[in-house]
Amino acid sequence: MPERFEHLKSRTFVIDQEDIDTDQIIPARFLTTTTREGLGDLAFHDWRYDSDGKPLDNVSLNALDTRSHRILVAGRNFGCGSSREHAPWALHDFGFRAVISSEIADIFRSNAAKNGLLPILAPPEAHRWLLEHPDVEIEIDLANQRVDLGNGPGFDFTIEPFARHCLMEGTDPLGFLTAHAADTDAYEARTA
Amino acid sequence: MSPETERPRSLFEKLWDAHLVKAETADTPAILYVDLHLVHEVTSPQAFSVLAERGLKVRRPDRTLATIDHATPTLDFAPGETPPYATEAARNQVETLQANTAAHGIALHGWDSPHRGVVHVIGPELGATQPGMTIVCGDSHTATHGAFGALAFGIGTTEVGHVLATQCLLQRKPKSMRITLDGQTRPGVSAKDIILAIIAEIGVDGGTGCVIEYAGEAIEALDMEGRMTVCNMSIEAGARAGMIAADETTFAWLKGRERVPSGPGWDEAVERWAHFRSEPGATFDHDVFIDATKIRPMITWGTAPDTGIAVDAPVPRARSASHRKALDYMKFQAGMPVSGQKVDQVFIGSCTNSRITDLREAARIMSGRKVAPGVRALVVPGSVAVRVQAEAEGLDRIFIAAGAEWRQPGCSMCIAMNGDKGEPGQLIVSTSNRNFAGRQGPGARTVLASPATAAAAAVAGHVIDPATLTEPAHA
Ligand code: SF4
Repeated sequence: MPERFEHLKSRTFVIDQEDIDTDQIIPARFLTTTTREGLGDLAFHDWRYDSDGKPLDNVSLNALDTRSHRILVAGRNFGCGSSREHAPWALHDFGFRAVISSEIADIFRSNAAKNGLLPILAPPEAHRWLLEHPDVEIEIDLANQRVDLGNGPGFDFTIEPFARHCLMEGTDPLGFLTAHAADTDAYEARTA
Repeated sequence: MSPETERPRSLFEKLWDAHLVKAETADTPAILYVDLHLVHEVTSPQAFSVLAERGLKVRRPDRTLATIDHATPTLDFAPGETPPYATEAARNQVETLQANTAAHGIALHGWDSPHRGVVHVIGPELGATQPGMTIVCGDSHTATHGAFGALAFGIGTTEVGHVLATQCLLQRKPKSMRITLDGQTRPGVSAKDIILAIIAEIGVDGGTGCVIEYAGEAIEALDMEGRMTVCNMSIEAGARAGMIAADETTFAWLKGRERVPSGPGWDEAVERWAHFRSEPGATFDHDVFIDATKIRPMITWGTAPDTGIAVDAPVPRARSASHRKALDYMKFQAGMPVSGQKVDQVFIGSCTNSRITDLREAARIMSGRKVAPGVRALVVPGSVAVRVQAEAEGLDRIFIAAGAEWRQPGCSMCIAMNGDKGEPGQLIVSTSNRNFAGRQGPGARTVLASPATAAAAAVAGHVIDPATLTEPAHA
């Protein structure tokens, strides 16, 4: 169960690249896991390690302290490709709590919100500012759906209300669905 | 039928309305009923764990169908032997699914099933995929099933858990897009070329947030396998789902399949299915028109599926930093065609192109020819049934005589998690759906193409338009 998400003040980490697909976030060959723990070590694996699995020195992700950098800023169309939930699991386990882009792929967005990783769509101007100002402290206010960029162009964002509710409460929607079992019974009776 | 006062509905709207357990409100998404839930080993273990943690049962095991495909080896092994898994983790994952499905009474097409295969190949093959259904799977290529006039889309593992426990999903209504292909395609242009051309036109995010309905003459002319190929790659344009209204071609293909009703039940089913099509005047959030007569055999040059160009066309100049990066990774130069590039491996398979018609196409090209020296060609049928059918037609002998490897069914080199993979720097012509950096092995360079173009590359040793191959000696 993810922790409750209300307010986040943290520094950004920028990957200025478009179309980062889920195969980059976690390569498919690591998907043979049957748990969701410990995937942070594999996040962006092929960018971070050499072919023998040794961490590369010149990769800033390897030196990143995610206790101070919990916000990932990425280029357009982040999270495209496969529906693997391993991608948000890996990013969350790595330490990120929010990802900001001007466009985030559908399935990834829905998977992220379910796993304590807040997906935020930024308007083009703010997105550009964030890409051009790496490593800044910003503030995310989920209740008011507002991002404060300090000197930059702060912006309002929207997130699907139910996803926001679940993030803020730290709950999973499964309880909501099981509570509606009678509606499903009625549907099945009606369509049988 | 909708009353006259109502506006005409699209196929998607009809499917959506027919499956609403509870309509959406401002605060909560719709609760959507799922008719068929397909399950495989990779995206299900954590979902079954959640059920176990919360003491929940699978609500409708009879609406759940499982198979093993992603992590399974495609090498032969003797009956009774342990399959030659690439890793312990892969074995464990398959065994976890075997245990989970047994515990919950879910039908599993496992090692001993005559219908084991890639999940998106066996659903239709069994007739489990039917028009008018909602179909989900923890896999983004679930859109494949939309070829039958179904609403089919990929979900994450958390949602796999939701569907297992409740047979329902929480969903906001997606937007709709219609892509109409005007005119007929030229001879030699396959369904794969059509979808690569569509994605090149609208871009990897052109369909984001949308359910796409494909329509028009060139789509109606496709056989079911071709329609599946088109719908399969909808996600590569960012779309939630892709669909094609069911018609006589669909009904003829489904007739007699294991899970399809027969006798009077068949006529009733066809009558019901025929209702699932867009009414004249139905509107879409986006309407796209593509001239089918202009489509040529396609190949991709970059590391995203929207980088398709005609096989002999020059690679375009980089328009962005990502393009430059892609060209770097692919070691291609702008202005040079992909055609002529030396090939290391050829992969014919995946849920995009591993059905019998795909294999016939590849065999037609390979017949009487040899795989070029230094090229490794892998032919991986989509299911045991496809493999059996291909062998009955003698296609296996054509592949083997040409020097290709004839494998057991599975996802194989499409996702390269079962040990079948490319090496760093190798150029792979692949009939699969994704050319992402490292998708087929770290450093491996993938170009996407149709089965005919892939087979032609195998025999020529370089990328080539199959129409320009010289005749084989004995043909
Ligand atoms: S063949 Fe490839 S795309 Fe299709 S289900 Fe398997 S891994 Fe996914």
